[in-house]
Amino acid sequence: MAVDGVSWVFGDNIDTDVLAPGQYIKLPMEELMQHCLESVDGRFASQVKAGDVIVAGNNFGIGSSREQAALALKELGVAGVVAESFGGIFFRNAINLGLPVFTPLKSPPAPTPQFRLSDIRAGEPVSLCLQQATLVCPDSGITIQLQPLPDFLMQMLEAGGLVAVLEKRFKSGS
Amino acid sequence: MLDTHISDTAKTLHETSNLTLAQRIIGKASGLDGEAEVSVGNIVTCKVDLAMMHDSGGPRRVEPVLQHLNAGLFDPDKVVLVADHYVPADEPESRAILELTRQWAIQRQVTFYDGEGICHVVLPERGHLAPGMLVVGGDSHSPTGGAFGSYMFGIGSTEMAAVLATGEIWLQIPQTILLNWNGVLPERVTAKDMMLAMCGRLGMSGGRYQAVEYVGSTIGTLGMQERMTLCNMAAELGAQAGLIAPDNRTMEFITKARRHNRQTQNLVGSALMDDKRANADSLSTRSTWHSTPLQLADECHDFDASTLSPQVAAPHSPANAVAVNEIERQSVDVAYIGACTGAKYTDLAMAAEVLAGQTVNNKVQLIIAPASRQDQERAEQEGLMSVFEDAGARILPTACGICAGYGSERLGADINCISSTARNFKGRMGESSSRVWLASPYTVAASAVAGYISDPRMHGDGAG
Repeated sequence: MAVDGVSWVFGDNIDTDVLAPGQYIKLPMEELMQHCLESVDGRFASQVKAGDVIVAGNNFGIGSSREQAALALKELGVAGVVAESFGGIFFRNAINLGLPVFTPLKSPPAPTPQFRLSDIRAGEPVSLCLQQATLVCPDSGITIQLQPLPDFLMQMLEAGGLVAVLEKRFKSGS
Repeated sequence: MLDTHISDTAKTLHETSNLTLAQRIIGKASGLDGEAEVSVGNIVTCKVDLAMMHDSGGPRRVEPVLQHLNAGLFDPDKVVLVADHYVPADEPESRAILELTRQWAIQRQVTFYDGEGICHVVLPERGHLAPGMLVVGGDSHSPTGGAFGSYMFGIGSTEMAAVLATGEIWLQIPQTILLNWNGVLPERVTAKDMMLAMCGRLGMSGGRYQAVEYVGSTIGTLGMQERMTLCNMAAELGAQAGLIAPDNRTMEFITKARRHNRQTQNLVGSALMDDKRANADSLSTRSTWHSTPLQLADECHDFDASTLSPQVAAPHSPANAVAVNEIERQSVDVAYIGACTGAKYTDLAMAAEVLAGQTVNNKVQLIIAPASRQDQERAEQEGLMSVFEDAGARILPTACGICAGYGSERLGADINCISSTARNFKGRMGESSSRVWLASPYTVAASAVAGYISDPRMHGDGAG
């Protein structure tokens, strides 16, 4: 499943207060998500399109356990987040909600050219392939090998998230 | 060099286990038989001993999922609900959320604390936590429970709904990172200063979403609420959980908390009743699960308490921690003593020690929101609340309040605030142009008196 869109590039420490600001947290998701990332990029919520990919530095999603941080991105159509590292609770929430989250492979096998996430420019076309665990930027020729997720998490992601997994369990009566 | 505390406990533990404290708890919760099965990185399914949630991420978020699944609660006796985020409800939306929370507690028949304080403080003070428990909380500061030897961590609301429906959660067996503190803390240097120093040295991802464990001779000298401050801010280190092995002080606190709280005296859900059923795995057994010895840890960082000075974390990260005397004269508009991190009884006592006989600078608003009703009552009985009033502080209801950016007291534009809370991210406590410095209650109080960020050892009662 390759998804096509453009990259949105962010730096380190994009925290949950930036993704889902506390002052709007009691609003319905359709309203809350309009404030997603507004303090670092006022255009994001209005211009992001289905299939776009977020490329970020270290500690993406650190902070609160509020899963609206991940849900807002998913509802806005973001196909996935590729970051150097994630806040642990955000990472769990994203998988639970069916939002793909990946880090670059720590030591990519030769002869893959050694591209870094930071080589990706904002707004360039990107394809995130979950099965092959790659992030490809056709215009600049960048391919980033991603750290494959454990089977358990990949299955949850492919099912569409935790609720979808539970639906099967509760319907099958186990 | 290993201190005697680690060396002693290493012997005790080594006789019984080759697992770290965190791995032992998870191994037990996941029902794994042999130590060989508890292997770092493996994903396991654990039985949850207790699930805690609050009004913001709780009923209004989990109930739609439960209804969608047509699922009931796995065990209402193992669920605790605390209203602390939208308290006090000062506008219609907050009132609606609180009302929904109250109705849910009645319908689902769970233990409910309404306006009693902040969840992370209420949970242990009412005796819900014990060593060896695996506990989930619907809030990122859930690692606070690690102060009582519980493996407690924060989760989002969808995952909470899944726990409520199934009583289970997946975990990746974590590595253990030891944070080894030795030496005696100087006067007016606190757990908060230790924590900020660790954030400064290791950064906000230093915990790598593994388990951190606080060990060394300094830790045993800390009271339970100071230990809670350390474990609370394991979140700011990026750890999944922050643990302190139980000792006599832990067990005294738990025994006293349960004696004083009728609701938990006959606690059905948590460890006590389970212990009655299974003598082999009693609370007292788990209370002897000691600190992880160095050779079983994946990392160890050594810290010297005796040379630590009061720390301040500059905007907008707890990792921007420096010694207070490295901060250039920095004026403050608001000084805030609040939150689970910084307004427990012990924190209030620190602030009162500095404020006794002093007056808050006329350019500063000192705002105090005690972390729980029980702690506020104790502070009242001991005259601390009148010290605050005499000094010119304003007291807010016991709730999460400004720390989480909730309520009408949020920081306004361009406000400079020094705060005893855990997080100073941009915009968290109010307008995105507001700036927050994090510090201990001593330092916040001293800065409120001086009007600028100040070393608490130079101000107030006993000033040098």
